[in-house]
Amino acid sequence: MSIVQFGQAVLDGLLVGGVYALVAAGLTMIFGVMRFINFAHGALLMVGMYTAYWAWTLAGISPYLSLPLTCAVLFVLGALIERALVHPLLDAPEHNQLLLTLGLMLLLENLALFLFSPDFRTVRIESLEGALAVGPFLLNRPRLIAFVGAILVSTALYLLLQRTEVGRRIRATAQDRDGAQLVGINVKRIYVITFGIGAACAGIAGALITPYFYTAPHVGHVFLLMAFVVVVLGGLGNFLGALVGGLMVGVAESVGALLLPGSLKGLIPFALFVLVLFYRPTGLFGGGSHVA
Amino acid sequence: MPPWLAVQPELAHVGAADAQAGAARGAVGTGAIARWVTVGAVLLVAALLPQLVDHYFLRTAILLVYSAYLAQCWNIVGGYAGQFSFGHATFFGIGAYTTAILFIRWGISPWIGMWAGALLAAATGVFLGSLSFRYGLKGPYFSLATLAFAEIFRILALNWDAVGGPRGMLLPLRESFWNYQFPEESTYYYVILVMLIAVTALVAWLAHTRWGMYFQALREDEDAAEALGVDTTRHKLLAMALSSAAIALGGTFYLQHMFYIDPDLAFGIDVSVNALLPAIVGGPGTVWGPLVGALVLTPLGEFTRSALGGYGGVHLMLYGAVLITVILLLPGGLLSLPERWRERSRRGGPAARREGERGAA
Repeated sequence: MSIVQFGQAVLDGLLVGGVYALVAAGLTMIFGVMRFINFAHGALLMVGMYTAYWAWTLAGISPYLSLPLTCAVLFVLGALIERALVHPLLDAPEHNQLLLTLGLMLLLENLALFLFSPDFRTVRIESLEGALAVGPFLLNRPRLIAFVGAILVSTALYLLLQRTEVGRRIRATAQDRDGAQLVGINVKRIYVITFGIGAACAGIAGALITPYFYTAPHVGHVFLLMAFVVVVLGGLGNFLGALVGGLMVGVAESVGALLLPGSLKGLIPFALFVLVLFYRPTGLFGGGSHVA
Repeated sequence: MPPWLAVQPELAHVGAADAQAGAARGAVGTGAIARWVTVGAVLLVAALLPQLVDHYFLRTAILLVYSAYLAQCWNIVGGYAGQFSFGHATFFGIGAYTTAILFIRWGISPWIGMWAGALLAAATGVFLGSLSFRYGLKGPYFSLATLAFAEIFRILALNWDAVGGPRGMLLPLRESFWNYQFPEESTYYYVILVMLIAVTALVAWLAHTRWGMYFQALREDEDAAEALGVDTTRHKLLAMALSSAAIALGGTFYLQHMFYIDPDLAFGIDVSVNALLPAIVGGPGTVWGPLVGALVLTPLGEFTRSALGGYGGVHLMLYGAVLITVILLLPGGLLSLPERWRERSRRGGPAARREGERGAA
């Protein structure tokens, strides 16, 4: 393995890792604020992908331009899910929350299967084909754009949490639900917003990858498992941990592909996951309820 | 009035409740007879079924019994011991793959191979369980860890060329009873029916033994059970071993019935979901829950498939909706429905509620 190969693998890993980070940011935010494990997160990503795909196919709008639409669709969908399904179960045993969102995942994925068939669909944007040469390294353009987009959205979300009034309220609710309620924060509304934002993160990530990743009903599985790996690695509920964890998992997977034959590279994230669960269940950076 | 007298109305109430319970217990005697008659009738119909129905219906019946079997296996560790495994595909797949390898490579009969698979699955279950429990993985963390384990096994099978990698393994056709290959569909039906009866009997028996009691105790409150001297880790592992071994036998049945296995069919997330779904819908931690769940879900799935046609898996859309509904409205599963009704009528229908309002006024 030459040093260039290694560098290329690290770069590729970072590009993919940025997307993992955004998916995981939504998942970890929902957990950090609501103590709720969203198993349907991958399915929400899939909905985002189809939204972008149909905007492209039916109206010719590129996935990047239709981002506001995807974002809005997923936010509303997430808010509705919170109101109708998640809210009644917030104080239920955790395994029931997991089962509820498992049901939601089955419903959404197979609805997509029923409506859109199992075909693998791709969004081909010809002007973006070919790779960008940076020194000895090659950067795939759609991947680069997805990475930059994911990092921008994550940063925007971080600023929203840190600098705005809504963000302050969300963080207060994450720290102490009852305390937040006491000082007059409408916790119910914060939960709706939080779930909406979490879903929008998954949806945006989905839309950003459509130019280079196939769209299909069960595409979310890969990202769901990966997002859990990232979230556990970064510490459940730890927002910055999810961002760093995403990049780490991306790089680990990509470098692992150099070292391991066949699709064995797929083992690396799970091996990492199990090891972290066993040895540092609070994540590498400490978990807990802090959203930032 | 001295304070101790004030307690009396309550005591009287307790007495009345006791008498009521006594009467109810008397009624349970006849209830038990009725229940055994029902069970006997169901068994009789189940035993005669292949003579009564056509080929399509029989295949559906096999699917139903098979689905109830998987759910009953999951029920041991998921329902009774309260450890929500999302990765039972691991053990199912080990059962199927072990049997297939032994048969194809060395011509060892699946009747022997299936026990080797069960043993290996139990050992794997104990190993994974002891890792998880040793590090204190509980609730959803345990679920996610088991899911990850199944995924690890799937990727390993995908990359292991000796077992066909992604192409999987096709059983050579050598029809004979000794090879667990039957010319008649009805034989498969009887095999899986006997398996379901056996595992259900095991669960019914377990529920009344010390082990079963410990399972339930640690499910309800692990710390309390530990404080009372229950070795919770040991009993969780025991439940895990039994459940894994049993579902591995189901993997063998699947292989012998389909003549084919591949990494997704063996270790895919669908297998894990199919194992827990009927138990959750019917009533986890009850003897009849998995059967009731399968009885509702399988016909529903078949109906959807024939009504909507289209792609395999569309019925899962409805399963998802059913799962959501059950979790939201009936977290104890369908079997908790009669109790719900009884409770509601006890707490009062409209008349009693009006009474309560008057009392409050």
